[in-house]
Amino acid sequence: MQLLLNICIYLPLAGIAGILVARNDKATKWISLVTTALTFLLSLLLIFNFDISASGTAQFLTEGAPIIEGMDIKYLVGLDGLSLLLFMLTTLMGPIVILSSWNSVKKHLAGYYAMLLLLQTASMGVFASLDLIVFYVFFELSLIPMYFLIGIWGGEGRIHATVKFFIYTLVGSLIMLVGLIYLGYDAGSVMEGVRFSTDWRFLSSGAYQIGLVEQTYLFAAFALAFCIKVPLFPFHTWLPYAHTEAPTAGSVVLAAIMLKMGTYGLLRVCLPIFPNAFAEFAPYMGALAVVGIIYGALVAMVQKDVKKLVAYSSVSHLGFVVLGLFAVNTISVQGALLQMVNHGLSTGALFLIVGMIYDRRHTRMIDDFGGIAKVIPVFAVMFMIATLASIGLPGLNGFIGEFLILNGAFNSEIIPQNAFAVFAALGVILAAVYMLWMYQRVMFGPLKHKVNEKLQDLNAREIGILVPLVILMFWIGIRPVDFTQYSEVQVNELLEASQEKRLAIEQSAKAEELPEWASALYDVTNELASQTKNR
Amino acid sequence: MDSATTLTSLIIILPLVGFLINGLMGLSSDSFRERKGMIGAIANLSVFIPFVIAVYFFLNMGQETAPVIAELFTWIDVGTLSVDIAYQIDQLSIVMTLVVTGVGFLIHLYSIGYMWHDDGYWKFFAYLNLFIFAMLNLVLADNLLLLFLGWEGVGLCSYLLIGFWYTDMAKSDAAKKAFLYNRVGDFAFLVAMFMTFQFVGSLQFDVILSNLDAIPSDAKFWIGLLMFIGATGKSAQIPLFVWLPDAMAGPTSVSALIHAATMVTSGIYLISRLSPMFVMSPEVMVIIAAIGALTAIVAATIALTQNDIKGVLAYSTVSQLGYMFLALGSGAFTAAIFHVVTHAFFKACLFLGSGSVIHAMEHVEHGLHEEGKEVHFDPQDMRFMGGLKEYMPSTYKTFLIATVAIAGIPPLAGFFSKDEILAFTFNAGFTEFAGPLYFLLWGVGIITAFLTAFYMFRLTFGTFNGSFKLPEKIEEAAGAEKHLHESPSTMTIPLWALGGLSVVGGFIGIPNFLVSTFTHEEAHINLLHNWLHTVTADYELGLSHSLEWALLVISVLVAVAGLYVAYRLYGSGATEESDARLAGRYGVFYETWKEKYSLDEFYEGLVVHPLVRFSDKGLAKFDMKFVDGIVNAVGGIIRLFGSVFRYAQTGVASSYALALVVGVLIVLSLLIL
Repeated sequence: MQLLLNICIYLPLAGIAGILVARNDKATKWISLVTTALTFLLSLLLIFNFDISASGTAQFLTEGAPIIEGMDIKYLVGLDGLSLLLFMLTTLMGPIVILSSWNSVKKHLAGYYAMLLLLQTASMGVFASLDLIVFYVFFELSLIPMYFLIGIWGGEGRIHATVKFFIYTLVGSLIMLVGLIYLGYDAGSVMEGVRFSTDWRFLSSGAYQIGLVEQTYLFAAFALAFCIKVPLFPFHTWLPYAHTEAPTAGSVVLAAIMLKMGTYGLLRVCLPIFPNAFAEFAPYMGALAVVGIIYGALVAMVQKDVKKLVAYSSVSHLGFVVLGLFAVNTISVQGALLQMVNHGLSTGALFLIVGMIYDRRHTRMIDDFGGIAKVIPVFAVMFMIATLASIGLPGLNGFIGEFLILNGAFNSEIIPQNAFAVFAALGVILAAVYMLWMYQRVMFGPLKHKVNEKLQDLNAREIGILVPLVILMFWIGIRPVDFTQYSEVQVNELLEASQEKRLAIEQSAKAEELPEWASALYDVTNELASQTKNR
Repeated sequence: MDSATTLTSLIIILPLVGFLINGLMGLSSDSFRERKGMIGAIANLSVFIPFVIAVYFFLNMGQETAPVIAELFTWIDVGTLSVDIAYQIDQLSIVMTLVVTGVGFLIHLYSIGYMWHDDGYWKFFAYLNLFIFAMLNLVLADNLLLLFLGWEGVGLCSYLLIGFWYTDMAKSDAAKKAFLYNRVGDFAFLVAMFMTFQFVGSLQFDVILSNLDAIPSDAKFWIGLLMFIGATGKSAQIPLFVWLPDAMAGPTSVSALIHAATMVTSGIYLISRLSPMFVMSPEVMVIIAAIGALTAIVAATIALTQNDIKGVLAYSTVSQLGYMFLALGSGAFTAAIFHVVTHAFFKACLFLGSGSVIHAMEHVEHGLHEEGKEVHFDPQDMRFMGGLKEYMPSTYKTFLIATVAIAGIPPLAGFFSKDEILAFTFNAGFTEFAGPLYFLLWGVGIITAFLTAFYMFRLTFGTFNGSFKLPEKIEEAAGAEKHLHESPSTMTIPLWALGGLSVVGGFIGIPNFLVSTFTHEEAHINLLHNWLHTVTADYELGLSHSLEWALLVISVLVAVAGLYVAYRLYGSGATEESDARLAGRYGVFYETWKEKYSLDEFYEGLVVHPLVRFSDKGLAKFDMKFVDGIVNAVGGIIRLFGSVFRYAQTGVASSYALALVVGVLIVLSLLIL
């Protein structure tokens, strides 16, 4: 099984090799499709063999030898409850984005599909890796194909968009790299026999505790990188550009997979390794998340470009996920994990749908449509379902995620004010406002432009792309238990362990000299000092 | 699965199956769409069979029977939150199920004729079935979250059906408006659920109701208030009622089913379901009663100025829903449900009757066009009608019956339910908290009863009495009356059925004192009270018999007075002249009523436009200029550094050597000094 996981991750690279050998446009497409489809089918074996009740370590674990003598940096991949669903989402989106590009991409086919395949490997790698250096490598690797996808196959403003995207996220990850190196040496200093370690299993365990001061800096370094990636307000401005200019497949992968790397990183890295800082900054992060939810929704409301509207809606939706993570309880974190998948499905579907209409009319402006529901009824139905999923209609996936997050946040001990959840819930109203208003202006009313009279309804390929997503939207909406069961054990363990660790660190901090800001921030009074005073 | 579970799931699932068959087949196959008989049969059976099952349940249920719980599967199970897809059939939910499937079936039947010539016939029935599915989830759910699924589900169907003719932008606007106003209420509902879960740890009704002590009293207030705000959205009360009149943009059978008989009563059902909790916070009860009474009178005053036949009925619905909330707030949960039931009968009858009239008027317009006369008029405008009773006898008679019923004239259905509400309101005046206010609310209720009789008879007389106005108003339309016909029997049969129910429907709730006054011992002839007493937490009715008789006489007198005044003014069909007289006499008031209190303009001006403008001119600019501007500025500063230091990178070896020497000298001198 562990071999199977590795095959899944690297199969797309074999596809790239195939493309290079074949040197033929038609073969390129088929090779890409077959490899990604095969990856998906193989990954199904993984989920079928995943032991839901297994606690502790990840499954399908591959552990390599340390790369450098004395440094505990090693190839370490496996899947656990935190990563499984996102990994599956990645493998599912693979063939879908390949098919979505089938007829719409016409230049440099070999390069295009090679980039998509590389992105696929990188994304799977991010979710599967359990050594933070390996994680970092995959994290950065995913930037490169996306940079080219936007820069070469993007729209008119692609250069500005891709440079902004690349540099912005790169700055974040470089700061993270600095933190990571510090973290590695720090961990090495408490380990026997090695100088450096980035093994997540050790870092996240109770055996490794970081002092409050270092935790603060390290949390800041990591959280910044992840928040840019999410993107959390106010680090979001690269997103509308990148989404608008990216080709359809790029937007889909960006929304469905890459943004999740940020929220996933917060959960995987920041919560268990810096539990005190995580809890202490939770109200601030929660506040940014809530602002993002409302702000993103309001800005989305007035967009004239459908794609940009969906991009801003992502800012709003991911605000929910971040809120759920920082509320730090089982319900909210489970909701956040599920919502990551949900957003991938519904926003992924929306970008696909926008791409389909763009392929036909070469415009994405709301004003260029109007009244086309009658012309393309199947499209209208698919679009409506994705819209309803996005606005969180019960019975569809988005509702479950939002409800869990908000309910969890409302009852959170870490962010105690109910106001967070209440204001966030306003986003539920606003989502209906901007989505239904957009849908109405695009689909309803009298036919505004004569060119739209002859629009072709969806063909079999396009329906085939959307149907799996629609099925999953309903499935998650009606039987979310089938999905939340995979992460249940892991989330509970993670929360309990980080809670214990947080209290332990807090306890030991009381015996230490702390700078004033730190003792104020963490509300820790030095026991020695207070004892002296009492005397 | 035992048989009760199987039958319960059949009730729920059949309408869904109907939706899927008609929806998917219709979407994918042109030939299927043409088989209208089959589509109609599938849709009708998907509602009729559940109705039969519901009747079976009803017949096998006694007053004390424990609820049937049908657990299908676990929906959500995360941490401490566990919610099942589970349904509960008890005395309250079976009443609602009978109304939803029974009246629902009659309206399905009616729609076959009404929608026959529409291109979207298949789609219409698919949506209608989906609505029944969602509505049944709402009334049968055994927990708040599943109820909420139905709650938003009916909202979706309402959206789809109001905007059924979506190529008309005004209609799709109305649909969107309905959805959004409902969402505002749903937001409050969501927060109420979070709070409930916080204190009870469950969303299941029986767990909540058996753990009411776990909820502190101020939380009870907030939960109750938030749920009521949710109800003001779905059940069209102040301040969120403005969507309902616009919702009449949908096909008329939709107005009858969704926007009169069933969906809009969801809020009343919700509060009745949780009545033991509501009675524990008298503050919320007062708020509910006051908002209900206010809505009742506001909507009634608007109704008497409208000329759109469906518009009058729409405001009438808002007003009647107000009565139901007045009942809830007065602790008369049974009376509220009673009025839900009777209102479903007579208002569905009225809407379907108006549909029959509109159908006929459209037919006239169509007929005139075929004669080559380009006559255009609004087929819903009363001012073009009049004298229709000659041409449409069935429609007229059933419409008249339903009007008498809604006006509260004994012994028709509306009389009993409205009288009970008013008696309970008066009764609540003797409670400790805010008692006297209830006397005032009773007064409002009585005035509204007068107005109800007045505007309903104005509508009936204006439509059916006097002479046919169309040929008088538009010269070209001379001889238009020959195109007037009664509607086909698929439409008139449901009218007669509903008309019959409007006559006898009230007998399920005959007040006990009618008998006990004479027998001098306790009577139990109020069937509905007996039936619901285990579920609803009604206040004790402590009025003396003489007082009850007095209240009854007063409510009959005002109804008759309303009828009389309406007859004097409108009996001859002189609608416009009498309207003008009223407008003259009531001046500013009449203007305000006619302008619907300018509430739409108020919301548009105060919330919608400022928010859009703020987002467009403010936030979107702020985002691009400021937030992104900072990012660009940081980039710019770095580039600036780069452009300065670039001059150092000359690539000339000798200048590097010079710099090196200077550097060494500086370092050395620092070390020496």
